[in-house]
Amino acid sequence: MDTSHKILILDDDADWLELCREIFSKLPSKPEIRTITSSSRALKTLDAEPFRLLICDLKMPRMDGLQVLSVVRRRFPGLRTIVLSGLEDEEFRSRAYALGVDLFWLKSDMQQNSKMFLDCIESLLGRDSDGGFRGIQSKGLMDIIQMECLSRSSTVLRITRGPLIAKLWFQEGELFDAEVEGARGEAAFRRILAWKSGSFENLPAEPDRERTITKPINALLLESAQAMDENANPATETQFFDASHRETTWKLSLLAREGAEFVISIPPEGLGEPEVFGIQTGDHLAAWTSKSLEIARRLGEKIEAGPLSHLVANGMEKQLTALPHGKKSYLVGWPLAADANQLLEQSKKLVASWDS
Amino acid sequence: MGFIKKNITRLFRSRAAIQQLPVGSLTVDRDGRIITSTVSSTYPKELLGEIGRGVLALFREARAAQLPLAEVSVHFGSLLVTARELRGGTIIFLQPQSALSQPPT
Repeated sequence: MDTSHKILILDDDADWLELCREIFSKLPSKPEIRTITSSSRALKTLDAEPFRLLICDLKMPRMDGLQVLSVVRRRFPGLRTIVLSGLEDEEFRSRAYALGVDLFWLKSDMQQNSKMFLDCIESLLGRDSDGGFRGIQSKGLMDIIQMECLSRSSTVLRITRGPLIAKLWFQEGELFDAEVEGARGEAAFRRILAWKSGSFENLPAEPDRERTITKPINALLLESAQAMDENANPATETQFFDASHRETTWKLSLLAREGAEFVISIPPEGLGEPEVFGIQTGDHLAAWTSKSLEIARRLGEKIEAGPLSHLVANGMEKQLTALPHGKKSYLVGWPLAADANQLLEQSKKLVASWDS
Repeated sequence: MGFIKKNITRLFRSRAAIQQLPVGSLTVDRDGRIITSTVSSTYPKELLGEIGRGVLALFREARAAQLPLAEVSVHFGSLLVTARELRGGTIIFLQPQSALSQPPT
């Protein structure tokens, strides 16, 4: 049976399914669309007949989308999968990609950029005839960029590092533009290349994107590698101060952009001094953070409440977010007027930038 | 009959105990004694006491660091503990979380 034009959409919201059906009826390949509101029925349907593409929500009763996707990945390895969710937390994006989904799209973005979303679906439906391999790549960013250029791709490479998102625009193998954390062009490209890890996805090309990068890619890669090398191993005192000054300026500008008052990075005990940005002295705050996270960690173990994610404290003058990150801990101070619902995401962004 | 009953009892006893997560609120005085609680009576009292003492320790450390706090929320993988300072004591709210729980507003 030909499965190339069969799509199964799983969401517990029947109205949303109707809207999807209406939107997907505009696809040029005119796929057969089936909708379903229950995860277990969706798995039974996939068992009973082959589909080309599963579009799945995350937040559903009984069996959530991540559970469905982990089952699907094992039982139907050839099935293309897209997550279409209202959850903006980047953690879910990472978890979905870790389960091998082809695309993660927010419902709000789908409504705003429906044309791009439909292009992505059409491309996924038709990819069988193109051949090629897919899977999780464990390559450096430089390798991935060079591969895009060598294959003369026209695409948008979306790179995610925790809550941070960067985009690189390619047109026929040439790098046109880069964007990350409010920066564009070559500065953004250099910043992206400094990231140590992350995940990436290919989005449809945007040929109308304004060109901000004119240098050949090899020259840019060479310059960036040289700058990173100088930062890591400064040969002279001037190079050391230049690198340190650039880093401080970058961190302070991030603080100002996110609206935070200060950030303290605390290494594990006995492995150096805390780094303080935004306030003059932070030793007492660093000590409080270490002690509080330790108390919370011990409490979590005793009551078996799962790993400690973070701690939020409201004082008379400021709001504080303390979070463990790798071997380090971070404390981010926010003004009282800051939106409490956004503090965690913004703190995670700052910490991810600090650590990259 | 007695044989079946004995073996069924043994079978159930041999299973690892699953501890339910606490749901509800409690107030604790400055010495860590629980004054009131809406948490199910099946939840062990000693663990509830641990929560009270842990939260009081967080407020105590903050005061020692010249950082008086009005509220603290500790986010664990499966439980959110929110505590407000009450003249040395504290009122604590316990809310189980799942990966897809919406953050409280």
